[in-house]
Amino acid sequence: MDTEQQRVRNFCIIAHIDHGKSTLADRLLEATGALSQREMVAQVLDQMDLERERGITIKMQAVRLSYTAKDGKIYQLNLIDTPGHVDFSYEVSRSLAACEGALLVVDAAQGIEAQTLANVYMAIENNLEIIPVINKIDLPSADPELVKKEIEDVIGIDASEAVMVSAKTGLGIPELLEQIVNKVPAPKGSQKSPLQALIFDSHYDPYKGVIAYVRVVEGCLKKGDSVLMMATGKTFEVDEVGVFRPAMMSIDSLNTGEVGFISASIKNVTECRVGDTVTSTANPASEPLAGYRKAIPMVYCGLYTVESVQYVELRDALEKLQLNDASLIFEAETSEALGFGFRCGFLGLLHMEIIQERLEREYGLELVTTAPSVVYRITTTAGEVIEIDNPTHMPSAGEIVKTEEPYLSATIMVPKDFVGSVMELCQDRRGLFKNMEYMGENRVLLSYKLPLGEIIFDFFDHLKSRTKGYASLDYEFAGYMDSNLVKMEILINGDPLDALTVVVHRDKAYNRGRQLVEKLRQLIPRQMFDIPIQAAIGNKVISRETIKARRKDVLAKCYGGDISRKRKLLEKQKEGKKRMKQVGNVEIPQEAFMAVLSIKD
Amino acid sequence: MSIGLYVHIPFCLKKCTYCSFVSGPKNEEQINLFLEAISLEIKMYSSLLTKEEKELTSIFVGGGTPTCLSEGQLEFLFSEIYDCFSVLPNAEITVEGNPGTLEWKKLVSLKKIGVNRLSLGFQSCQGKLLNLLGRIHTYSQAELSFMEARNAGFENINVDLIYGIPGQTLEDWSSCLKKLVLLNPEHISAYGLQIEEGTPLFGSYERKEIIICSEDLAADMYNLTRKVLSNAGYIHYEISNFAKPEFCCQHNLRYWHNFSYLGLGPAAHSSIRGKRFSNHDSLGLYVDKLRKNTSPVQQEEAINKKDEIAETIFLGLRLVQGLDLDAFEIRFGDRMENIFQKEIEKLNDLGLLERKESFLRLTEKGLLLGNMVFSEFV
Repeated sequence: MDTEQQRVRNFCIIAHIDHGKSTLADRLLEATGALSQREMVAQVLDQMDLERERGITIKMQAVRLSYTAKDGKIYQLNLIDTPGHVDFSYEVSRSLAACEGALLVVDAAQGIEAQTLANVYMAIENNLEIIPVINKIDLPSADPELVKKEIEDVIGIDASEAVMVSAKTGLGIPELLEQIVNKVPAPKGSQKSPLQALIFDSHYDPYKGVIAYVRVVEGCLKKGDSVLMMATGKTFEVDEVGVFRPAMMSIDSLNTGEVGFISASIKNVTECRVGDTVTSTANPASEPLAGYRKAIPMVYCGLYTVESVQYVELRDALEKLQLNDASLIFEAETSEALGFGFRCGFLGLLHMEIIQERLEREYGLELVTTAPSVVYRITTTAGEVIEIDNPTHMPSAGEIVKTEEPYLSATIMVPKDFVGSVMELCQDRRGLFKNMEYMGENRVLLSYKLPLGEIIFDFFDHLKSRTKGYASLDYEFAGYMDSNLVKMEILINGDPLDALTVVVHRDKAYNRGRQLVEKLRQLIPRQMFDIPIQAAIGNKVISRETIKARRKDVLAKCYGGDISRKRKLLEKQKEGKKRMKQVGNVEIPQEAFMAVLSIKD
Repeated sequence: MSIGLYVHIPFCLKKCTYCSFVSGPKNEEQINLFLEAISLEIKMYSSLLTKEEKELTSIFVGGGTPTCLSEGQLEFLFSEIYDCFSVLPNAEITVEGNPGTLEWKKLVSLKKIGVNRLSLGFQSCQGKLLNLLGRIHTYSQAELSFMEARNAGFENINVDLIYGIPGQTLEDWSSCLKKLVLLNPEHISAYGLQIEEGTPLFGSYERKEIIICSEDLAADMYNLTRKVLSNAGYIHYEISNFAKPEFCCQHNLRYWHNFSYLGLGPAAHSSIRGKRFSNHDSLGLYVDKLRKNTSPVQQEEAINKKDEIAETIFLGLRLVQGLDLDAFEIRFGDRMENIFQKEIEKLNDLGLLERKESFLRLTEKGLLLGNMVFSEFV
C-alpha cells in the first residue's frame, strides 16, 4: 500500500542551545528547495529578532518540505521546530507529541548536555524514533567517535549509524534526509475516524486572528469545517487551512498525519491553547488526545511604567503580547511606591526577561520591574492555605502556621573537575542532594532538589561562571516543601518601600538584608538630605546604611560663553531625574528595584 | 544694541593637564596665520554688524595664554579691533595672562594699548599642586607678576584660583586663600576643578594615579572660600566669583545677564540676534575658512523663547543677588513666578531658592547645589 500518508514524515530537532539546531534546519530547507540560498536570511526558523540575538528559539514553527528520495518517490517532510530553553519545556513536549521522529543533534566537540538529555528522554517517552546526528564535525576539536560512545552509554540508543554532518558547510545533509525517510515511521491514524488534531503552537495574526499550528492525528480538517476545542469548549468555523513552506500557503485540507495551520477567527490565544485537541462539532471524537495541561507560571514580578501615564499603554501591550503567548498572565496591582502596574506571571526567568525586553523594545515603554518572586504557600492560623505571588502580601509572622515554597528537581551535567564547586553552589542555594552519576569518564550528572526561589537569583550565571561555561542545567517542578520563610521589608527614609519587599529563608535573611541595603546605598544617588536605608523583619531592623546628603553639585564655570553646552548638561540631568521614581521625597532609580538580583555573593 | 567682545588666543607655552580649551603650543608661523585670519574675521563682522552692534561695553581677550603673544602682535590685534569696533567710554578691557609670560615690557605695552584689567592665572599656591596641574610657574613667580602688574599701573586685577585639586587638603586651600588676601587683588575667581574627558588629568584619573577630591571636601573648600574672602572685604557676586565693591567683571556679567556677545578666534562662542554659534575648533580650519572668504562658524543654533528663558534663568541664578524678576518680565512679557510656579515652590520648600525683594536667588545651600535648581528650569 502506498498512500500519501505513507510518505509523510513528521520530525523535530532536539539540541542544546548552541549545538547548531537552527543552522541545521536552514540546511534542510535549502537542500529540499524550500528556499534558495539567496532568499535565505540566516536561520529563518527563528523569526523574532530577540530570538536571533539570544540564539534561542522561543516560538516554534512547522515547515513542510518536499523531498525526492533515492527510491524516486516524493516525500512530505514536516519539520517542527522546538524551543531550546527549559522555561518552555511544556511546549517542547507538545511539539514532540506531534512527531514520529526526532533528530538528536549533538555537538561533536562538546557532547551531550543536560538540556538535550531531558528532551531526548521526553522524546523516547513519546515513542519517537531517534536519529542521532553529530554536528560540527568540521571543527578541529571534533571527536565524533567519543560522542557516539557517549550517546550509547548515556542515552542507551544505538549510535552506530549516527549521521555525521556539518550544518555550516552542508556536509552530510543528503545522508540525513535519507535516514529521515527510511527511519522515521509514517504517521498512523485513519482518514475515516472522527477528527483529532493536536494544537502544538499558535501565533496571533492581526488580520486572521489566532493561527493554530496543528498535527492531524485522526481524520481530516477542511476549510469550512465547524470545529470544537475540546479543553476550552469553544467552537469555531475554520476559515483557512494551510501549511508553511515556509511562507503560509492555503491548501484544501490537512489529512491524517499531516502538519499545518488553521485559522478560524479566533480572537485570543487563550481560546486555543497549546495541547488542546481540535475535533469536529458534527462528529466529535469520544475523547481528547492525552497530555493537555495549562501552562503554570512559575515566576512573578511587578511591572510598572516609569511615567504613570503609560499605564494604559502597558496594559494594551500586555494584552497584545498575551494574544500570542497564552502562558503570560497578568493582573492589575497597586504599589504604594510605584503606583498602578501589573503582577505578571511567567514560565521562568528567561520568559520574564523576553517579555520585558519586548515591552521596552517593541512598545517603547520605560519599565520599572520589581525583583522576581515565586509563589509561596502559607497556612494561616485561621487554617486557611493562601498562595502569595507578591511578597508584600505575606501575612505577619503571628498569623502564620506554616510556610512552603516551590522546589525543582534539577539535573546538572558538569565535567568532573567542577563537581565540588557546583555542589558548593547548590548547598549555598539550600539544595538537597539526591544523586550523583558518572556519564562516561569525564562527566557527572548531579541531581538536586532546589528551591525555585534560589534559582531565580542568578543561579544560572553562577553555575556558568563556576564551571567556565561547561555546566548545563535542566529542571522540572517538584512540588512544595516546608521552609522557614520570613518577609523582609526595606525601609527607605523610615518608610517601608513595598516594591522592595522580599521573602527569604530565615537562615539567609541577615546576609541578604545586609547585601541588599549596601547595594541600594550604591544605587540610589545622594540627594538633598540623609537617607537611611534599613532592612527589617517584622519590627526588627537587621541592617542599616545611610546615603549622605548631597553637598555640592554645581558647574564652576561657563566655558567661555558656551551656554548651549551647559544647557544640554542640565537637560541631561533633568532627564536622568525624570527616569527615577519619586517615592515620598526620595528619588529612586529603576535599577534599585531590581537590586536584589544584582547582589554578588 | 551694544555687545561684549571675546577674543580667543589659542596658544600657550605649555598646555596644562586639566585644560580642555582649544590651545596649542606657541609657534610664530601659526601665530601669524592666526592674526591674519582674525583680522579677516573682524573685517567680515565689520560689514555684517550694525553700528550699535559694533559698540563694545567690554573686551575680553582669553585663551590659551594671550600674553604669550609679543608686544607687537598684541598691538596689531588691538588696532584691528579698534579699527572696526567702537569702544564705549568706561568699557572694561581685560587680557588674560599667565605668570612667566608677563615681562615688564609687555605689561607696559598692554597698558598703552588700553587694557585696563588683567586676569592672572595663579590657580594654586603650592608647588606640588602647580606641578600636578602642569603649570610652568611657581607661586613666587606668580606673586612677582602680580607686583609688576601693579607697578605698571593696573588697578583692576583678577586672580584665577582652582580648588578641589587631587591631593589638595583643606589646609592647603586655606593657606592659599590667606596669601591671596594679603596680595589684595580686586577680583578673585575660585573654580572647583572639573576633570574633563580628553585631558591628561582625566587619563591619570582613569589609570587611578590620582584620587578625585570628594564632594564633601569640595563643599568644605567652597564654604571656606566664601568665609575667608567675605571677611577680607570681597563681595561674593557669582557662584565662583568674588570682587571688591565696584570691581565685578563687566564682561562676564554680560554672560550671566544673557546679553549679546561676539566671539572671535577658533572655538569662540557668540550669542547675538537670537542665535548662538561657535567657530571651528581647529586653528587650521578656522584659518582656511577665513582665507577663502567664508565664515569660520561651525555650529549655529537658533534659540527659541523657551530656551532663552531657561538660559536667562540658569545664568541669572548664578549671580548671588539672583535673577531680577522685573527685568525678566520686561524681557519676556510674563512673570517668571507665573511660568514656573510649581518649580519655584518646590525649590523653595527644599531650601534651595528664595525671594529677596524683586530678586529670586539661590540660598546659601542652593549656591552649592545650583545644578539641582537650574535643571528644574531647562
